[in-house]
Amino acid sequence: MAKPADWTNGEEAILYQSCASCGKVQYFRRGFCAVCGSTEFAEKRASGKGTVYATSVVMRAATAETRAHVPYNIVLVDADEGFRMMAHGAGDLAIGDRVSARFAAFAGQLVPFFERLA
Amino acid sequence: MTYITGVGLTSYGKHERLTSLDLMSKAAELAIADAGLKRAEIDGILCGYSTVSPHIMLATVFAEHFGIRPSYAHAVQVGGATGLAMTMLAHHLVDAGVVKNVLVVGGENRLTGQSRDASIVALAQVGHPDYEVPLGPTIPAYYGLVASRYMHEYGVTEADLAEFAVLMRKHALSHPGAQFHKPITVADVLASKPVASPLKLLDCCPVSDGGAAFVVSREPTNAARVKIRGCAQAHTHQHVTAAPALSELGAEISIAKAKAASGVAISDVRYAAVYDSFTITLAMLLEDLGLAKRGEAAARVRSGYFSRHGEMPLNTHGGLLSYGHCGVGGAMAHLVEAHLQMTERAGQRQVRDASVVLLHGDGGVLSSHVSMFLERV
Repeated sequence: MAKPADWTNGEEAILYQSCASCGKVQYFRRGFCAVCGSTEFAEKRASGKGTVYATSVVMRAATAETRAHVPYNIVLVDADEGFRMMAHGAGDLAIGDRVSARFAAFAGQLVPFFERLA
Repeated sequence: MTYITGVGLTSYGKHERLTSLDLMSKAAELAIADAGLKRAEIDGILCGYSTVSPHIMLATVFAEHFGIRPSYAHAVQVGGATGLAMTMLAHHLVDAGVVKNVLVVGGENRLTGQSRDASIVALAQVGHPDYEVPLGPTIPAYYGLVASRYMHEYGVTEADLAEFAVLMRKHALSHPGAQFHKPITVADVLASKPVASPLKLLDCCPVSDGGAAFVVSREPTNAARVKIRGCAQAHTHQHVTAAPALSELGAEISIAKAKAASGVAISDVRYAAVYDSFTITLAMLLEDLGLAKRGEAAARVRSGYFSRHGEMPLNTHGGLLSYGHCGVGGAMAHLVEAHLQMTERAGQRQVRDASVVLLHGDGGVLSSHVSMFLERV
């Protein structure tokens, strides 16, 4: 099955899957629903809005490409659509902050980057 | 009925010029001698993996190298939980009558066999290849995320976490084989180099060379009477993005199943051997396992509860944080130390009573858990 374009392959989009059978949503792409096994689901584009669940600012990176970006903030965000995702975020984000995604270049790839909603 | 009849452990730190097979062999030799057995009496081999020298058939590579022709052999891979997962499998294999004496062995020249960067990159691959790894996380960052959430929900502070590093270092001071012998304070931990917030260098275990092994047998082979009472596993996720809520992590599931399998209660336990890859790992696991109330493990460290002469001595060899972490062998050192305590061979580290022991291992990012109870009979 062809993979629809999202940030993992260079497109400015966050996609998720919504099961037509049990209604559960999943972020890691698969050919089936990991809850009920159904192969009937919709590919959806997320709004990019969510709430910060956890943060960790990386100060010690292990490759030349990532070291150039230190410090960078790794965040887990609970998307409004009901899934959790890992992304980058502004350095001042705190757990519970309402955030919105833009996209940024990181170590040769496009990554989602969350900032606090005004 | 199964017994841990022998244990072997090298010092951890730098072992220049020794390969993973060399370190496994040293530990295996010690464990078999400790059990009072000969190589030919070992009919099963379980081994872990080496990130420095990966091989698709490490157990047979080791068996040939070491000079054993076992009737049962393969490798096991569950990250940091591998040592206890192998012990659990050995217990069931021996109990089922498949084999009589299983050698469980792990060893790796992780410190001198590759660069620290290479180790960090290799370990970060436990993350999701498409949705996590491209973001540049490290193992400390995965645990840093968990730590930030745990601190937020339960009011744990960085100074609280530092207590665990100080305790493990204090314990390592009295073990000649430990990687670190310089005392540290809470202030030292707080002032150490930031790695992945809220974790700093001294919140993280080191990369080490080392090897550990033990023998699991159907019958006692010497004076030691260390029985495996029962064990259980739980696997709730692989990637931290897919982890359940903090109140639903695998340690609580595996300990409940291990209690049911063994009939042992936490109130029976006299010594604890708990995985401590980071200070947050140890804090969370102690609370998940019921060895402290939520958010109160650090207070128990401060009161001496987990010290050598406290009510629940913990990782008296210094744990991963200060004895060292060579991969699979890392957490196996916890079991070796528990065995020495149970058989009253821990010398200056000897605790008053190690008659019933709880062991717990964790692999991935709190992904895979093994809980086990041992009893001296």
